[in-house]
Amino acid sequence: MHNLSWILKMAFRDFRKNVAKLLLFVSSIVIGIAALVGISSFGDNLSQDINNQAKELMGADLELKNNQPLGEQPTDSIATRIAEEINFASMVVFPATDDSRLTQVRALAGEYPFYGKLETLPESAESSFRSGGRKALVEKLLLAQFNAQVGDSIKIGELTFLIEGELQKVPGQTGITASVAPAVYIPMEYVEATGLIQYGSRLNYLRYYELPSDQDPELLKTKYEAQWDEARIDADTLADRKRSTGRSFQNLSNFLSLVAFIALLLGCVGVASAVNVFVKEKLASVAVLRCLGVSSWSAMLIYLTQILMMGLLGSLLGAGLGTLLQFALPAVFKDFLPVAVTVQVSWTSVGFGVLTGLFVSVLFALLPLLKIRKVSPMATLRPEAGETKISRDPLRWAVIVTILLFIFGFSFYLLKDWKVALGFTGFVVFAFATLWTVALGIMWMIRRFLPLSLQYPIRQSLANLYRPNNQTVSLIATIGLGTAMISTLFFVQNQLLDEARFAGKEDQPNMLLFDIQSHQVDAVAGRIKDRNLPIMQQVPIVTMALESINGLTKKANEDLPEEERRSRGLYNREFRVSYRDTLIASERLVKGNLRKVENQGDSVFVSFDQGYAERTGINLGDEIIFNVQGRPIKTFVGSFRDIKFNQVSTNFLVLFPENVLNNAPKFHVLITKTANDRQAADVQSEIVREFPNISVINLGMIVETLEEILGKISFVIQFMAFFSIITGILVLISSLIISKYQRMKESILLRTLGASSGVVSKINTLEYFFLGSLASLSGIMLSFLATGLLSKFVFELPFRAAFKEAFFVYLAITLLTVILGWLNGRKIVKVAPMEILRE
Amino acid sequence: MSILSVKQVSKTYQSGSRKLTVLDEVNFDIQAGDTIAIVGPSGSGKTTLLGLCAGLDSASTGSVSLNGQSMENLSEDQRADIRSKFVGFIFQNFQLLPTLTALENVMVPLELKKRKDAKQKALELLTKVGLGNRATHYPTQLSGGEQQRVSIARAFANEPKILFADEPTGNLDTETGEMIEKLIFDLNKEQGTTLVLVTHDLELAKKTNRIIHIKGGKIQEDTYA
Repeated sequence: MHNLSWILKMAFRDFRKNVAKLLLFVSSIVIGIAALVGISSFGDNLSQDINNQAKELMGADLELKNNQPLGEQPTDSIATRIAEEINFASMVVFPATDDSRLTQVRALAGEYPFYGKLETLPESAESSFRSGGRKALVEKLLLAQFNAQVGDSIKIGELTFLIEGELQKVPGQTGITASVAPAVYIPMEYVEATGLIQYGSRLNYLRYYELPSDQDPELLKTKYEAQWDEARIDADTLADRKRSTGRSFQNLSNFLSLVAFIALLLGCVGVASAVNVFVKEKLASVAVLRCLGVSSWSAMLIYLTQILMMGLLGSLLGAGLGTLLQFALPAVFKDFLPVAVTVQVSWTSVGFGVLTGLFVSVLFALLPLLKIRKVSPMATLRPEAGETKISRDPLRWAVIVTILLFIFGFSFYLLKDWKVALGFTGFVVFAFATLWTVALGIMWMIRRFLPLSLQYPIRQSLANLYRPNNQTVSLIATIGLGTAMISTLFFVQNQLLDEARFAGKEDQPNMLLFDIQSHQVDAVAGRIKDRNLPIMQQVPIVTMALESINGLTKKANEDLPEEERRSRGLYNREFRVSYRDTLIASERLVKGNLRKVENQGDSVFVSFDQGYAERTGINLGDEIIFNVQGRPIKTFVGSFRDIKFNQVSTNFLVLFPENVLNNAPKFHVLITKTANDRQAADVQSEIVREFPNISVINLGMIVETLEEILGKISFVIQFMAFFSIITGILVLISSLIISKYQRMKESILLRTLGASSGVVSKINTLEYFFLGSLASLSGIMLSFLATGLLSKFVFELPFRAAFKEAFFVYLAITLLTVILGWLNGRKIVKVAPMEILRE
Repeated sequence: MSILSVKQVSKTYQSGSRKLTVLDEVNFDIQAGDTIAIVGPSGSGKTTLLGLCAGLDSASTGSVSLNGQSMENLSEDQRADIRSKFVGFIFQNFQLLPTLTALENVMVPLELKKRKDAKQKALELLTKVGLGNRATHYPTQLSGGEQQRVSIARAFANEPKILFADEPTGNLDTETGEMIEKLIFDLNKEQGTTLVLVTHDLELAKKTNRIIHIKGGKIQEDTYA
């Protein structure tokens, strides 16, 4: 090998004439790196902000929570300030319009939050709300939805409150949680009078503590943990909140980084493809260098150095762009953020991005660059000797294995789960391999079966797809994968919404009334029947907790070593259980039998949801003792059911037989089907007016909320997927520019032979039409497969191919390809034939 | 002293199930300072023979020794090292590196030998071939004749012991061709280099002191002037 300074000198000399071309190569990775650096910087800043604003996020030093009154606690005497909250889901009514909606009512006593504040409009409402009187603070979304404003009334249960202020920001609440359950704050002193605190109400009792600075909440939690566990009290400290919030945002940030990583991988394919063309153009020069006595590695290093320089430049550009990008991210993620995010340069992320960019550009460029080592100096005498095949080169396979390891390693770094990382790597390999195979197959078919009878421009444009140095395969792979990503998101979103809407079209229930007390059942059913609506289900619900499983109590479970311990959730969960001896439409028996209790003293066999049983390690025959309002009931697991949870129906993880719980305290759920939205609104309004404790959910509201949430989530994901599309476009543009000279020569040859510029333009446009069509159709097919798999295994829905949406995606991608191709071709057609002769 | 020795050299290619013999047991020796022309019709094996003699390719059987060094057991990189030390090339299509200026093209063999005076020496050579004022031009900015002159300057730059020229005037008009021929022979004489020419042009061949006729991969005639 020749000395490094000479190699660098030669690299620089060659580089001077290739800067523009090499810039194109690295442009493909700029966007991917920018997305990675942007997300990573944003994640870093967010994690710092969560740490810095953790107190405001929680509003207290310690929080205790239970589903029954907390009673006196040992921490009460230590605290400097204490606040109490009872929260529950309930309907609220705006009397002015008679509109109603399910909300989260929070009855508050004390000066919570101790850190930060409830941000209200007007600002004074935060304190005037606490100064006494029947006043409420209402989530701004809720006010906007029903066109209500400060000064109007809101009815909660039996009481009407004055809307004192509009809630702008509540500690720890995000836009998404506000959409699902908008908050309404009322003073604690009125909560009893609302009439909403009764059996069956799903109440959360919270106590917030401000502690003196010498008290460590963590130590207090450790000290009283056993006592609180025994009483099923959840204790949450600042450190817990930091951890859980940090973890969920780390997950989000990692997921988004993964999407950015896909964009980067697409860019890498672009790099490999462009370097491949670059190398092919350089083979003659390499042969000359070899003739002059340059060793194979030195020759390769001359070009590798250039790639390294451009990789560095591309990575720096990407890192700069990514740092700028994070200024936009707080706006994109605003609905998901519980804290205000500061934007500043994260040097760790920048360094990480630059190193990643440098590494991937070299790694992917090496695949074609390795060919240089094999160039024979004989190519100077016989150009055909320059064709090098390296399919059996062990170094090439080493690079391929390194690429796979890199994809796995990077995804593992982001996902922290080797199985998921392996799955992701498998998916990437599968997607690329599928698109690659489709592209190669199509090219082979065109070559093999292109009929001579086709019109000349069509035949020529199809033949152009396999011209020497073509990038058809890499373009189909990159554009196809970008299309697949966007379409999968699009299709899944549509499928979920369709499914929700579809439920209303068939003979499915579309309204669910819950929290009905036993004494109200007949009256509520009467109102429904009066309107000639069917009572499709009337279900009693009993709440209970799990006392022991096969004799293992909560306490005994805690003492077991971690690997033998059962899920804590089993013991902490409040089970809402119903009883019947038959199955309903949304469930089917998969193991065991539903066994009736016919005589007193018969063993009680309960039925579990199969998925839940699998997750918590419950087996057929297990003995489970439930605690029903203080009374233990011994049961055995008699069967498993497969439940479809995606229907408006009452589904239960645990189902008891009749004649066991009939006398237990219970509440009821009633399900009906209204004819239309108008009727649904009327029924809802009448029921809520007459029975304020009853909550009503109608399908229209579910669809609306789902649309809103999916809209927010999909905006974020589409924003990220957009990087893949941009990368695909950059790869396309770079390929167009790289092949420009060749296209120019072809165009001139055609024009010399008498083709009009119109015919040449037609050939070019058709070529892009075919390329765009092949890439988008391959991507769409892949996305159908992905949507089908997601539907089956994740959402458990029947797959319906969204042909209309697919056609829209096909048109958009193909049109984009044609337009870009046409813009590039316009100049080519205008070049005078003499210009190329002179070259 | 023999600078190039070709013994029983054959070159065969496998084309599908067919074995194609391009050179068939060729033998000859070339003494230092000789000028030799290898002539023959298209497809006769001239270029293959040139490639083997210059160490650009390896023979299927037989041996080639260049400057006393046997080539058959050397790797491609070892042969490259020999080329950089003893061999110069002139090609029909000039084979200049398109991204390098004329001066830089001539400097490459000197730099490979780590000559500190590479630039000065290259400039001298360019001046000698009449292109001192075109040193900073890129190949695409030069005419065919000028490109070939740069190529000649490059070939003589490392003062090779043997110079291989493949149809050096094949791509040039008669007048320019004659000028190039003169330049090659003059520099050859000046540096005492051995010259091996491959050509169709019998007039050019006659300017050498030995002509090897090759046909169908075999030497038909080996005549001395």
